[in-house]
Amino acid sequence: MNKTFDNRAWWLVVPVFLMVAFNALIPLMTVVNFSVQESFGDNVFFWSGVRWFEQVLNSERFHAALLRQIIFTALVLLIEVPLGLAIALAMPRKGPWVSVCLVLMALPLLIPWNVVGAMWNIFALPDIGFLGKLINSLGIHYNYTRQPLGAWFTTVLMDVWHWTSLVVLLCYAGLVSIPDAYYQAAKVDGARPWAVFRYIQLPKLKHVLTIAILLRFMDSFMIYTEVVVLTGGGPGNSTTFLSIDLVKMALGQFDLGPAAAMSIVYFLIILLASWLFYTLMMRNEAR
Amino acid sequence: MTLELRNVAKRVGAQTHIHETNLVIAEGSFNILLGTTLSGKTTLMQLMAGIQKPSSGEVWFRGRNVTQMPVQKRNVSMVYQQFINYANLTVYENIASPLRLAKLPEAEVASRVNKAAELLRLVPMLQRRPHELSGGQQQRTAIARAIVKDSDLILLDEPLANLDYKLREELRDELPKLFAGRNAIVIYATTEPTEALLFGGNTATLHEGRVTQFGPTSQTYRRPRDLITAQVFSDPPINTAKVVKRDGEIVLSERIKWPAGKAGTAIPDGEYTLAIRPHHISPIDHGNGRAMVEGRVLVTELSGSESVIHFDLNGRTWVSQSHGIHPFEVGSTARLYVDVEQSLFFNAKRELVT
Repeated sequence: MNKTFDNRAWWLVVPVFLMVAFNALIPLMTVVNFSVQESFGDNVFFWSGVRWFEQVLNSERFHAALLRQIIFTALVLLIEVPLGLAIALAMPRKGPWVSVCLVLMALPLLIPWNVVGAMWNIFALPDIGFLGKLINSLGIHYNYTRQPLGAWFTTVLMDVWHWTSLVVLLCYAGLVSIPDAYYQAAKVDGARPWAVFRYIQLPKLKHVLTIAILLRFMDSFMIYTEVVVLTGGGPGNSTTFLSIDLVKMALGQFDLGPAAAMSIVYFLIILLASWLFYTLMMRNEAR
Repeated sequence: MTLELRNVAKRVGAQTHIHETNLVIAEGSFNILLGTTLSGKTTLMQLMAGIQKPSSGEVWFRGRNVTQMPVQKRNVSMVYQQFINYANLTVYENIASPLRLAKLPEAEVASRVNKAAELLRLVPMLQRRPHELSGGQQQRTAIARAIVKDSDLILLDEPLANLDYKLREELRDELPKLFAGRNAIVIYATTEPTEALLFGGNTATLHEGRVTQFGPTSQTYRRPRDLITAQVFSDPPINTAKVVKRDGEIVLSERIKWPAGKAGTAIPDGEYTLAIRPHHISPIDHGNGRAMVEGRVLVTELSGSESVIHFDLNGRTWVSQSHGIHPFEVGSTARLYVDVEQSLFFNAKRELVT
């Protein structure tokens, strides 16, 4: 086939290029700009090279926030992925209950993030919140505004409540896309439920699980709104995750240079982790 | 030593999926369920295997009532229209899976898998995974899994429907050989009359959840008990017309009639539905006992060696299928010769009259 070449076709790409430039490249370049220079206002900049990066990467404050972030994300993934998968497996495939379950599952996802934070803030208050009162009435001393452990417990619980549904919905979609004939074939072969899960459902869910883990990893690694509303990063710094620390640095202390450098490091960590994970999961496909 | 369905019926809510059915199927036989989509082939198979339980009636196997016995305990294997294999197991492990579930010793597993793989020409692919195989090879793997465990009952639910033409022919040739010499009852569901004729064996024709006839394939084809059976078991569709037999003649209309011939003489005078298979109508006059009809040509389909001519006869669309190339112009009037000795006559109850 002969292809026609017409350079005017490039004009068709221009709108997309402009959009990407305005919503991604230009803001990103601003950050890069701040991260390698020092500014004292009035739009006067001095070249500072990689000093801010060195400062951020060597700061204990950053290390601590990063460690908290990694622990939080790991906890969230460890709880939400198996739990979401289990709920999806337990959900009905046919009948009137399907839509009821789906709507119930989707509800937490529809609530604005700051509202989720506010809800849990009140829900977990030890004196007037239902959850806080309940736990204390069981004889366990619980006050998330004072105890780091209590704050972590509440934060993780909130995230699980808010986001497990996403894993459920993705897994459920994967499960219903498995043709009935597969289950029937397993039944004819006399396969037990565990074998059905291991050899039919899990392989078929590989792709949706990869997506679910990726999405949950990225979102939990970037968590900000809910935690700020719930604990404000406290008590002390105990729930100050990377994004909260970043905002404190940029807007609280107005350290724009280090904050910009931290933003870039933050971004690169997420990018690298997502890429690594995706490549590892999909490695077998290519062969 | 048989599989027997006694008054088996399946109802779901207000709908009847399978009407009361009685079938006796001999061991070691190849049986075809022929019917259109939704005629109940799959349901009937699942009732035979115990994947579904009948709403009423009993299933007997080798003199035992197995109606309540679940499929896992019945030594059944099944091949589906979709290519169903375990995605993350190799071809070898896929074929071995029923044997592993039966906990056979490793040496036995290896020898059986290799034998099945050889029969289905899968030996070079044994270490691959299903997604690295062609559709034909995937279905071969599924078939190998079905024959590896010496099942009593092997169900094949339109196994060739998703394959392309060449592969379908190839597997169609091989399938009967695979099952020859086994004790298993083989049930093969298909929508294609041609497939049933190629396989031989026995054919049960299904229509709207009813088995209309069951018997040796050639007999079901030649002597359909009723009009529905004749229609299900004909591709292209069988030609029909309301006729009157009187004065030794078969009369379609004032202008279209022919001498009754041997087939027509045997029946008393009266009204009938006449059915003639498309390949008994030809543009060439082969002589003895053929009646000439004239019809307006609606469509001509020419393949390399065959002509299918759709024509209008007295307000009905009839089809002629014949060897050779007969390029009739659409809209022209064709002269076609009907082999009237092959006529089938059905009475008002749509039963065959002989």
